[in-house]
Amino acid sequence: MPAGSGLQYLGLFRVQGPLIFVKGIKNIGFGEMAEVVSSEGEVRLGRVLSVSEDLAIVELFEGTAGLSAADSRVRFLGRPFEYRVSAEEVLGRVFDGLGRPLDEGPPPIGGEVRNINGLPINPVARVYPQDFIQTGISAIDGLNALVRGQKLPIFSGSGLPHAQVAAQIVRQARLLEGKERFAIVFAAMGTKHEEAQFFRKDFEESGSLKNVVMFLNLADDPSIERLITPRVALTVAEHLAFEENMHVLVILTDMTNYCEALREVATSKGEVPSRKGYPGYLYSDLASIYERAGRIATAKGSITQIPILTMPDDDITHPIPDLTGYITEGQIVVDRGLFQKGIYPPINVLPSLSRLMSDGIGSGRTREDHQNLAAQLYALYAQAKRVERLASIIGEEDLTPHDRLILNFSNEFESRFIKQGPYDNRTILETLDLGWEMVMMFPSRDLTRVKPDEIQKYGLRKDASQLPETSDQAS
Amino acid sequence: MQEKEDRVKEATIAEINGPVVKVKQAYRLSMNEMVVIGEAKLLGEVIELYADRATVQVYEDTTGLKPGTLVHGQGLPLFVELGPGIIGHIFDGTQRPLSVMYKDSGPFIRKGQARAALDRDKAWPFKPKRNSGDTVSPGQVIGEVEETDHIVHQIMVPPNLNGRLTEIAAEGLYNVEQRVALLEDKNGESHEIKLYHRWPVRRIRPYQKRIAPSEPLFSGQRVIDFFFSLAKGGTAAIPGGFGTGKTITQHQLSKWADADIVVYIGCGERGNEMAGVLMDFPKLLDPRSGRPLIERTIFIANTSDMPVAAREASIYTGITIAEYYRDMGYDVALMADSTSRWAEALREISGRLEEMPAEEGFPAYLASRLAGFYERAGAVITHSGETGSVSVIGAVSPPGSDFSEPVTQHTKRYVSTFWALDKELASARYFPAINYLNSYSGYVESVAPWWNKKADVDWIALRSQALAILKEDARLMNIVKLIGEDALPDDQKVIYRGARLIKEDFLQQSAFDFIDTYSPPGKQVLMLQIILKFIERMKETVADHRVPVYRIMELPVLEEMERMKYTFKGDDLSPFKEILTRLEKQFDELVKREA
Ligand SMILES: Nc1ncnc2c1ncn2[C@@H]1O[C@H](COP(=O)(O)OP(=O)(O)O)[C@@H](O)[C@H]1O
Ligand SMILES: [Mg+2]
Repeated sequence: MPAGSGLQYLGLFRVQGPLIFVKGIKNIGFGEMAEVVSSEGEVRLGRVLSVSEDLAIVELFEGTAGLSAADSRVRFLGRPFEYRVSAEEVLGRVFDGLGRPLDEGPPPIGGEVRNINGLPINPVARVYPQDFIQTGISAIDGLNALVRGQKLPIFSGSGLPHAQVAAQIVRQARLLEGKERFAIVFAAMGTKHEEAQFFRKDFEESGSLKNVVMFLNLADDPSIERLITPRVALTVAEHLAFEENMHVLVILTDMTNYCEALREVATSKGEVPSRKGYPGYLYSDLASIYERAGRIATAKGSITQIPILTMPDDDITHPIPDLTGYITEGQIVVDRGLFQKGIYPPINVLPSLSRLMSDGIGSGRTREDHQNLAAQLYALYAQAKRVERLASIIGEEDLTPHDRLILNFSNEFESRFIKQGPYDNRTILETLDLGWEMVMMFPSRDLTRVKPDEIQKYGLRKDASQLPETSDQAS
Repeated sequence: MQEKEDRVKEATIAEINGPVVKVKQAYRLSMNEMVVIGEAKLLGEVIELYADRATVQVYEDTTGLKPGTLVHGQGLPLFVELGPGIIGHIFDGTQRPLSVMYKDSGPFIRKGQARAALDRDKAWPFKPKRNSGDTVSPGQVIGEVEETDHIVHQIMVPPNLNGRLTEIAAEGLYNVEQRVALLEDKNGESHEIKLYHRWPVRRIRPYQKRIAPSEPLFSGQRVIDFFFSLAKGGTAAIPGGFGTGKTITQHQLSKWADADIVVYIGCGERGNEMAGVLMDFPKLLDPRSGRPLIERTIFIANTSDMPVAAREASIYTGITIAEYYRDMGYDVALMADSTSRWAEALREISGRLEEMPAEEGFPAYLASRLAGFYERAGAVITHSGETGSVSVIGAVSPPGSDFSEPVTQHTKRYVSTFWALDKELASARYFPAINYLNSYSGYVESVAPWWNKKADVDWIALRSQALAILKEDARLMNIVKLIGEDALPDDQKVIYRGARLIKEDFLQQSAFDFIDTYSPPGKQVLMLQIILKFIERMKETVADHRVPVYRIMELPVLEEMERMKYTFKGDDLSPFKEILTRLEKQFDELVKREA
């Protein structure tokens, strides 16, 4: 008999939160799956969280409500949580948070069975991501460029249009050269019906539905299930990318709900919390999800991750965005202030970052001036924010002409460079030229982040002369 | 029946909780002993003993492990293999060779893949340096091996051996398992010496004595070299929130610091960052030797998706290797990115042991472990009479960028140089985002003579003058925030504008600019001299000739000053001297014109 498999135990020793404690067990492995059958015959899935010689603690993904301690039966399955991966059987389909079909179709039966926890990628096998993806969004392409194989989360707040931004990225994302096989893996964790529906409709309208796999754990689905959803999704994504050589875009939304489920389990286990009640291993746990992105030398495909999270109370120092930012390769920050000003996409570029930008742009990739132009725009916009603060104290009238010019720049930058329509798809060259138009509001001697020949070549082209005269130039 | 009885006496698993495993019948295990678990041969280390029980931290994924599984003690504490074949390679936290694992078993790391760290087949050219009959003591060099084109690997008597050489191999090719010498100790016992030996990672390697650090670890990064210097053999911490530049700064130091050997530990950080350095370092040339950087670099990678207990070990694996090259008389620089992830690994294990937490869930021994790590840095006289050093640069990742948290605070107690990264500077893309008000260096006095000799200046005076302007500016900035720059009197405007020149034209330095990425000492000195000269002339022009500041800010030399860092490399200093000449001339003319 295969060890552990099929062993059944009657009765639960203890039930606490999402956890059950089973006594008198034998030959059970750490992390293996279990099924609990209630007295009514209803089956719930779970996973062994710790095991000693006669006691196993099992987390139940569908919760413990309604379970009786005396009549429930526990069956240990002798294997970890696994999922069958097979491109033909999953593309274009919808599954629940544990990977069971929600559409009419059958569960995947072909393909190989994989442990959903995946395996660490040998860093030697990784290929450093360097291929620029044009999203058509200036705030991203121009200042926080995304590359294929990057993990770039969207930090948002409740009620902000992060879903629209993510959908626009998915719709428009395109490599500068050529067409290749692509897929979208969408994992919802505790997401509202509305939002899941929004994404589905968007995939449908853009005609990509047949390339999409959806795993849905919605707001009213069991919370502990959320611990499984992203892992099933990434297991499928790894298959598509590293075995089927597809370029896969993974959307994970909302990571905040995922983290809360993790906290729920940790608290029930009585673990010592670190910050805000989250377990000390939140970083490692998140890394075990986010690090499943990238490219490897043995395959042509890639996994690009766009996790979405809502920052509790818009607080970027909250452990969830904080630890995420420490792991991911940057972040796109959606900002309430800009949203209230009516700017879409309300991306605040100052706290946003793409760590892989510098290697993915420049001559031969986007354009030679990209890096310096971005630095120049950043320097000016950061300065503008300081001037805005000053102006709010002393009033605009008392500003120097130079400071007034900066304020003017800030307005232009937000309302023309950042702001664009949800269907406005700008090429990278359009974005860069627009950026030059912004910086050329200043005399060249103020533009110390760009080189003089770049100003000549890109800044002083025809359109620059149409700009209003700047007031500061005395000489 | 007999077999069953034997089994009963053997150590077996009683409980599994993630990477922490409790073992019963552990009579024969000792503290910090390495163990191998079950048929899968998972590697672990004993971290606690009580009565007949032991607690083991497992360096690999424990999924599927069952109570009752046999645990075999290895009779040795966690060790590394020290010998030729380390440089240019990448290992995981327990020194498994990652390139070999990739070749053998593909892109993913499966568990239970024990591998020898050093290549057993490679033959190394050995040259004896001693004769048979010589009396030798620990750490003395008996021969050498050319490990890379410019690193000679000294073969030393292992630290625990002492006696007379009864045999030494002739010059020739040997692999690491072959005997190159035989040593007889005072009890008449013979010991083989091979090209490698093992050393327990948690034990400091011995040296003759410590000496005071006196030379800077020059890095070509102006804010570091000029303002907050690190000395060879010194310690530095670089704390900062995410995206403030910890990793890039450590990469810059790994690339350009004038160390002989660099040990780079990716501890609980990104796989792609390791891929990045593995891609770059074979292509980049060391500015001094002209050889590819990879030929002086050693990588330890225990990325965040790799098992957490091995992350805890990675720091020790790295520093032991660093000490080993120090023992050969080299200056070694070690980067640990990030020590916070190491501390978190400690916390996670401690939590699973149900130890009483101190602050924020960290165990009470966090401070002493940090101290133990940083204390392994230092400049020393080795047992072979050479000087060598280990400099340690630890990144710290404070939650929420809050420096009052335990890891930052305790680290501060044990390091002498502190490069505080600033979120606000980083978000304005002002790099390096090292806050010049909160950062400090304890090595300024000790490295001053080096600078004075190198550039024939009073370096301390130059540095203090610039820092004084920045301090004064910090005060003015608070005022400007409230009333605007225009409201400042002219003498203060001079400071405000002058400080801006120091910040933007001198301190700011792009790691990605082909020229500005490395700034040689002469260029650093001249750049600052130009800026200080400008400020001095500005002061005097305003005070003595009543020329308004805005007139001065129109001088064309300013644009040259802004662009000098990324226009001239600095191997030829004449362009800087010419700027200085033009600067004086333009001021003279301005004064004449205004008069
Ligand atoms: N010296 C520098 N020059 C230019 N850019 C830098 C420098 N330091 C940091 N950066 C920028 O900041 C980003 C984040 O830096 P990184 O070192 O990865 O941060 P951390 O390790 O602190 O999270 C980089 O991707 C880069 O764009
Ligand atoms: Mg980093």
